[in-house]
Amino acid sequence: MQGNGAAVAERADARLVIGGREFGSRLIVGTGKYADNATMVRACEASGADTVTVAVRRVDLDRTREEGVLYHLDPEKYFLLPNTAGCYTADEAIRYARLARAAGMTEFLKLEVIGDQHTLLPDVQATLEAARELVADGFKVLAYTNEDVVMALRLEDAGCSAVMPLASPIGSGLGLVNPYYVREIKRRLSVPVIVDAGVGTASDACETMEQGVDGILMNTAIAEARDPVSMARAMRLGVEAGRLAFLAGRMPRREWAVPSSPVEGMLD
Amino acid sequence: MTRGHGYTQAHEEPDREARVRVTINGEERDVPDGLDVESLLRHLDLDPRLVVVEKNGEILERDAVAGERVSAGDRFELVHFVGGG
Repeated sequence: MQGNGAAVAERADARLVIGGREFGSRLIVGTGKYADNATMVRACEASGADTVTVAVRRVDLDRTREEGVLYHLDPEKYFLLPNTAGCYTADEAIRYARLARAAGMTEFLKLEVIGDQHTLLPDVQATLEAARELVADGFKVLAYTNEDVVMALRLEDAGCSAVMPLASPIGSGLGLVNPYYVREIKRRLSVPVIVDAGVGTASDACETMEQGVDGILMNTAIAEARDPVSMARAMRLGVEAGRLAFLAGRMPRREWAVPSSPVEGMLD
Repeated sequence: MTRGHGYTQAHEEPDREARVRVTINGEERDVPDGLDVESLLRHLDLDPRLVVVEKNGEILERDAVAGERVSAGDRFELVHFVGGG
């Protein structure tokens, strides 16, 4: 029997819950790489995201007033999800995680341990090691990882609150290169699966959500668009369209055409 | 000059003559002697509510910043949130 939209609408309205926290949007956006902070704030608004990622860095002792992200983003309005971007070892990531917890007063953390400067691909072994320690220390870890089913399962076993396979390398904009593995990760895990990194434009966001994943985290695709505010809105719509399409259930793929109009009743 | 969150700098630096050398974010600095960490942050024109302090490798919880003494040779890392993905 075909649905009439009610069941899908209900599921589409269901909130994303990670680590017991309800998120207002399935799109999470980064706050880096913007030409200016005013554009960043407007793009965050246009994205509809209620959660944004931030990085932990030294204050610039000579010029501090306007560079901190908290001068621009109201923490009452946005949930700040700190990351460990730029960390190359488990110990370094753990140190940044603890500083982030002290700064943000949240136990939520986007864990990222990079293994290679050229590709920025994750060091999954160090990520797993850091995840275990941080979970034991009370963190709610959202772990950035490869689109590797085995590692995703191990991160879930380690107690991560969400697992975040990449669509393609950070900042590459190559889109979803391995939909099969991402789909399999989503099928196999019980914790939410958020695709993080690699989405380049709205069709990538839509295609990624069509795999059934719970959400997307992106930064560069919006920040480096010619008009970031418009791209943020496009991403919001792309994520929503993809989610709806997944829930609606697509038609089967066929090798050959099937007519849409009746074959009977044609004139002689 | 507009300051974030209406914060104004404190002017409670003790004896300006006596100074101690500390390392802040990898840089050696001479700061007034007798400060606690909260007044050190104000001395540096930083808002203590927006900065996290690691002193000699240990993170100071927010309520421990006031009253934590600054001594010669201390190593500080002062961090905050910046834009990131």
